[in-house]
Amino acid sequence: MKAERILMAHGSGGLMSQQLIDEIFKAAWSNEYLESMLDGALLDLPAGRIAMSTDSFVITPIFFPGGDIGKLSICGTINDLVACGARPLYLSVAMIIEEGLPLADLRRIAASMAQTAALAGVKLVTGDTKVVEKGSADGIFINTTGIGLIPAGIDYRPQQIREGDHIIVTGTMGDHGLSILAQREGLRFSTPVSSDCAPLYAIGRKLAPYKADIRCMRDPTRGGLATVLNEIAVQSNLGIIVRDKDIPVSPVVRGACDMLGMDPLYMANEGKMVIFTAPEKSAAVLETLHSIAECQAAAIIGELRAQPAGLVLITTELGAERILATLEGEHVPRIC
Amino acid sequence: MNLNNDNKYVSSLLQDIQSESRDIALMEVCGTHTMAIAKSGIRNLMPGNLKLLSGPGCPVCVTAQGDIDAVIDLAERPGITLVTFGDMMRVPGNNSSLQEARSRGADVRVAYSPLDALAIARQNRRLEVVFLGIGFETTAPVVAVTVEQARREGLKNFSVFSLHKAVPPALEVIFADPAIKVDGLICPGHVSIVIGLKPYLSLAVKYHQPCVVTGFETRDILEGIVMLLQQIRKGEAQAQIQYKRVVKPEGNRVAQETIKRVFRPVGARWRGLGFIENSGLEFNREYEDWDARRKFDIPEYEDIPIKGCACGQVLRGRITPPACPLFGQPCTPLNPVGPCMVSHEGACAAYYRYRIT
Amino acid sequence: MCLGVPAQILKILDEQMARVDVDGNQVDISIQLVPDVKTGDYVLVHAGFAMDIIDAGVADETMKLLKELQSS
Repeated sequence: MKAERILMAHGSGGLMSQQLIDEIFKAAWSNEYLESMLDGALLDLPAGRIAMSTDSFVITPIFFPGGDIGKLSICGTINDLVACGARPLYLSVAMIIEEGLPLADLRRIAASMAQTAALAGVKLVTGDTKVVEKGSADGIFINTTGIGLIPAGIDYRPQQIREGDHIIVTGTMGDHGLSILAQREGLRFSTPVSSDCAPLYAIGRKLAPYKADIRCMRDPTRGGLATVLNEIAVQSNLGIIVRDKDIPVSPVVRGACDMLGMDPLYMANEGKMVIFTAPEKSAAVLETLHSIAECQAAAIIGELRAQPAGLVLITTELGAERILATLEGEHVPRIC
Repeated sequence: MNLNNDNKYVSSLLQDIQSESRDIALMEVCGTHTMAIAKSGIRNLMPGNLKLLSGPGCPVCVTAQGDIDAVIDLAERPGITLVTFGDMMRVPGNNSSLQEARSRGADVRVAYSPLDALAIARQNRRLEVVFLGIGFETTAPVVAVTVEQARREGLKNFSVFSLHKAVPPALEVIFADPAIKVDGLICPGHVSIVIGLKPYLSLAVKYHQPCVVTGFETRDILEGIVMLLQQIRKGEAQAQIQYKRVVKPEGNRVAQETIKRVFRPVGARWRGLGFIENSGLEFNREYEDWDARRKFDIPEYEDIPIKGCACGQVLRGRITPPACPLFGQPCTPLNPVGPCMVSHEGACAAYYRYRIT
Repeated sequence: MCLGVPAQILKILDEQMARVDVDGNQVDISIQLVPDVKTGDYVLVHAGFAMDIIDAGVADETMKLLKELQSS
């Protein structure tokens, strides 16, 4: 391809579009579904229950420590499927690209998507590309939609959660949110923290033996742990109590959050899961999680109670209980 | 450099506080204290007879609606880039907020430091960069240094919209009120780094108010409360420092002089408290070129009173937030009516968020 | 009202700026309000400025005082 950057012509549907697809996407993601060149992917699915999930990714910057928008777009949808109890199988990819994006960037993103998908054993089976005029998008936006198969006997839903159940988080909170924040204009600090962006397929596989004991899973992305816990409290109509001292947060993330007036419990994660389990099996689930590279810091952080239904309480260092509220509005750095 | 938390000692402080049997009301006049007291759960551990009231301690909350209108007017003018601390984005003026102005196309950016705004101006000479100078004595010298730097560099596309406020004149207004029922003052730790102990000495003497300059860690706040209780038990009214590792009695002289070089005191409007003499800061003549109000000829906007809102009473410590008729319905952090619900650190927001009753 | 965090001076960059460590994060801050600051000092940082030097020597002074009062 001669051009160094995305031109409007790459979205024309003509020869240049074809070249873009062949030389970048098909080259990176090659599989029999893409090769068939049909208007959609024809999939033979095994019998059973199917989970389907969709997510759009509009992150700035598109490359960040620990990942990039491509990797993120694969992990995000895979992790949603894992949270549904599904084994992720197939993903579709739709891209909206801003005119002028360097082709080298697009190649890097496509390669990163291929690598992440291969790691998780999923195939990128159909896609779409649109090009918009400069200023109409911010580099590149990606949507992925995925489907996965739910093995028999798995039913992860908030309604399954019971009083006394334990809550596990699979690692430190806020790493992704903080690493992205450090890249933003107007915030000149450098942090050794990388995004935790990772596909959590291993959690699904390794926890399969505990399917009867796991009630529900959620990935605490936007809005962070606090938001997930509040959603679950409302949906299960139970009270949640978590212990501040047991929630894993790296000292670096805590320090940066203190400086910026932010709270790690409201910061986004892209490689973590919140798992609700039967109390008698929580220790075994935790031990299994510790055998997964991404889950070394997993911890039991609290439990479900009958009251106060629909609310989340947190036990502070002083031993007092207070409300852990849902995020209102945007979580921005503050000074006062 | 955090305090080591000796659990036994912290429990002994709590026991001391919980053993208090008199009816006592302490006021904190710093939003960071309000938040720390709520977040650490200290408020939930106070005995019923010991009330912690929240005074006018959050510069975002006390910014007048008319002043927000003026800022929005400026932000929406073509070619203007307004840089502000994140806290200001949601604060409503009479009709709108900065986040709404941004959605209408204004170039409004969030920064951590005024130096970030200066850097934007330096790198984009064609932009007119205005920093929204908000905050008390802690932030005023920081902004003053930034303006001095802009002057040294001859940066003409940078200016500051000063909404800075001074704490002591507001405290004077609160304590001069004969109806006020406060037995001691938890004084703001970081404002006091700059102003020192002197302003509290006169409050202690004139209004017989025990004053303790207090830090922000859990142990700091408990120590501050115990020190106040000890004064109250003895019938004393002194100005003391708990936060000794940072606050010196004389304050930070360099910061005080920097404020004086760049700004002079002027009367200012406070949301909920009204007009207070000498409580604002405007630019000295040598720095007028960096005064956004003058540079862009921004008109004065009036404050339209908010019907039913009791923030004025809350800020004076006369009532706690749940006693306001608007609290929780319709006034919530997502749809704030009054100033104390607006800011993350506002008294009403802290009460709402942590469901304190 | 005024968010501040302790930070340790790693390096004085010039008369105006220093690089500090905040729990493993690095920030360049102004030291113009604290002209006497030295490498290794702890300072209280607000809005990208050192506001004053933290005196670790007196950090526990209030505790000692209150403990004495409690035991008396």
